Amino acid sequence: MKFKSLAILLIISSFFLTCILSIWKIMATLQGLSFTILNIIPVFLIGILLSLAFVLIGNKINHLMKIFSLSFVFSILYFYLNEVSPYWYILGVFLITLFFTNKLKKYSMQSLKEDFISEKIIFDFITLFGIVFFAFVILFPFYIMLVTSFKTQIALLVNPLDFSLDFTKSLTELFKSYFVIFETYSFGRYILISSAVSIGTVIVTLLFAIPAAYAVARLNFFGKNFLSTSILIIYMFPAIVLVIPLYTVFSQLGLRNSIFGLLIVYTATTLPVAIYMLQGYFKSIPKEIEDAGIMDGQNWFGIILKIIIPLSLPAIASVALYVFMIAWNEFLFSLMFLDSPKSFTLSRAIQYLSGDAETPRQYLMAGSVIVTVPVLLIFIYFEKYLVSGLTAGSVKE
Amino acid sequence: MSDSLSKLEKRTAYTLVLPAVLLVFAIVLFPIFTNIWISFKDIELKDIRIPEPRAKKIVKSISENQSELKIIYKLRNSSLIQEIRNVEFQDKFPTNVSPVNLDSRCNFKSKKIVCNFGNWQAKYRENFEIIIKNNNGEIIDKKIIKSQKPILSGKADNPLLTTNFTLENFKKVFYENNFVELLLTTFYFTFFGTVGAIIFGILAAQLVNQNIQGRTYMRGILLFPYVGPVVALAYTWTLLLDPNSGTLNALLVNFNIIEQPINLLGQKYITMSILGFEFKLRLALTTVIFFEIWRYFPLAFLFILARLQAIPQTLYEAAEVDGASPIQKFIHITLPQITAIISILFMIRFIWNFNKFEDIFLLTGGASGTRTLPINVYQQGFAVSDIGMGSAVSIVIVMLLLSFMVIYFRLIGKRANEV
Repeated sequence: MKFKSLAILLIISSFFLTCILSIWKIMATLQGLSFTILNIIPVFLIGILLSLAFVLIGNKINHLMKIFSLSFVFSILYFYLNEVSPYWYILGVFLITLFFTNKLKKYSMQSLKEDFISEKIIFDFITLFGIVFFAFVILFPFYIMLVTSFKTQIALLVNPLDFSLDFTKSLTELFKSYFVIFETYSFGRYILISSAVSIGTVIVTLLFAIPAAYAVARLNFFGKNFLSTSILIIYMFPAIVLVIPLYTVFSQLGLRNSIFGLLIVYTATTLPVAIYMLQGYFKSIPKEIEDAGIMDGQNWFGIILKIIIPLSLPAIASVALYVFMIAWNEFLFSLMFLDSPKSFTLSRAIQYLSGDAETPRQYLMAGSVIVTVPVLLIFIYFEKYLVSGLTAGSVKE
Repeated sequence: MSDSLSKLEKRTAYTLVLPAVLLVFAIVLFPIFTNIWISFKDIELKDIRIPEPRAKKIVKSISENQSELKIIYKLRNSSLIQEIRNVEFQDKFPTNVSPVNLDSRCNFKSKKIVCNFGNWQAKYRENFEIIIKNNNGEIIDKKIIKSQKPILSGKADNPLLTTNFTLENFKKVFYENNFVELLLTTFYFTFFGTVGAIIFGILAAQLVNQNIQGRTYMRGILLFPYVGPVVALAYTWTLLLDPNSGTLNALLVNFNIIEQPINLLGQKYITMSILGFEFKLRLALTTVIFFEIWRYFPLAFLFILARLQAIPQTLYEAAEVDGASPIQKFIHITLPQITAIISILFMIRFIWNFNKFEDIFLLTGGASGTRTLPINVYQQGFAVSDIGMGSAVSIVIVMLLLSFMVIYFRLIGKRANEV
């Protein structure tokens, strides 16, 4: 029993270590180091030795001493097993091993006797592995996007694996793609248009959604239930089936290529979800507060303006941010309605750039960074609001 | 008293709701009905503008004599396929200016030329000339003449509003459009995209729900693909997967995992052999599905995580006392608690994936076996420019969606409400 657990611990921990070291090696390769073998099996084997040594030593020496010395020995072994590598790379290996041995802390010959210990080991390391895996898979494309925007097409065609940045170059040289897309492709204008459309959509949506959500949440009227269920169904309805009719009607009305036309469509498509999110919050406001307002002789307009809005600012903020992100990221309608570069939004402009096969990829990626950074910043900064808004919208428990 | 209050309440409710309802009706519901109308019409992209008569005015001097000018009106019918009936033309002139030898179709009366040009065929063009002169022999200012724009009017049918209908579009959708393959591709994409996103969502939620350091950061990072703009992400992936100098292929070749770069987004099939069995995998479609999973598992993750955090810890503690293993805890406590949210997520994601357009459009443009129904709407409507046909495909999508919703609510909806 004990040996089975020990074997599981050695194999799965070493597997985890091998995975992290392989990711580290891939990242180092992308800095221009010319590694050509991943060395999975040797690393796996010395990983097993490392874990075994760790468990066997147990509590005989101080934990810190133990992990430092073990990691040191491991790094030296790794150094000799591998191709020629610079010291910063080995330092990285050392730090990773340090982290890894520290995670092994709770395992000793004693603890291997516990109930379900093999399942617990598997769960622990799968969790660790999962976190590294998810973080890597998610962040890697963003990383490539960012570093590509600082490289040149020619350099990448010569060596597609060298993403190292040359900081000896001047800043203007490093940020050249950004200067080019602002000067030659007038991205400044697209940023303005995208901002105007998104902020406009937020304002108009809130203007329409707050009263409607209040009515749905508080007032009794014929068709209320029908309205609140159809809100959800409409939210599920696909944009692609609206495209052809809206295109034809907008063509005849001359609303294509106009920011106003885009604004109407964005508002209408975000309204259902905005009403749904807001009415859920409005319902949670105690009715007594409003009754006091009615006593004071306020009409409904006054109640919304003076009581409801100030009390639900967090919810309104989260709806506003959510709508902003939808409008900022929107692509389908801007593709359909905008053909003149004068009225492009950022997304449409990037798609237009990519249509020309001659456009160097660093410009495309610089544009992508410009369109991505604002949403990610907003998201990171206001994550709490957005996450609560997102989940409140659909999970009714 | 209370009666009038409730009346007032109703009236207020309607005024509050009406603007939003009208807007949503105009932009969301009305187009769906318009789609039905258009899908029964034989109409192309170039037909949708209402034909109108147009004139471009050019002013020229004819001699040294500045009191005489020649005006050329370049007249044309804006439509290439439809005629305009009873075209009327009007232009104004300053005082004391009058035309010489006016065309028989026109009259000059009180400083105005009024012409009746009759019917213009499709593509009609004419250079209509008149000569004007000042009756007192004074100089005519060209700029004043030029700044006066002629007014034209005429009657033309709005091709959208005519009442000739046809079933041709639907016939083409079902018989000339590889309909079965289109449907299969769509279902393959939708089903695996949905299931994959939910599985990865469960895994990620299970990870983040444990006591690990920095789990709020992890939650934020996991949501990046969902909040990022699709255009930027799709192009980054295209670059990553590019067969010639994409990072992924370069890495795989560098570490000798593959010999030749694989065109992950441009190759329809790849032959794989597992345990001696050879089978063909839809390569480009699979890649697109992976992008889809990558981009949308965060949504599933977020909802499942919210549900997981609401599970009372006492359940797990009780199980601990009973000596349950981690796997037993997951199967007997966690899973039953999240089935309801999973079934809701399944429907939401199934419907959204079914309608997904941007992701596939940006990655492959619908080539190499990734043509789904929404891509087909775009291809028919805008690439082939057959608006009627595109609409017919949209109607097929709507019908399928409605039937999913009905099936879903019959099968799972009731149970989901109970939980």
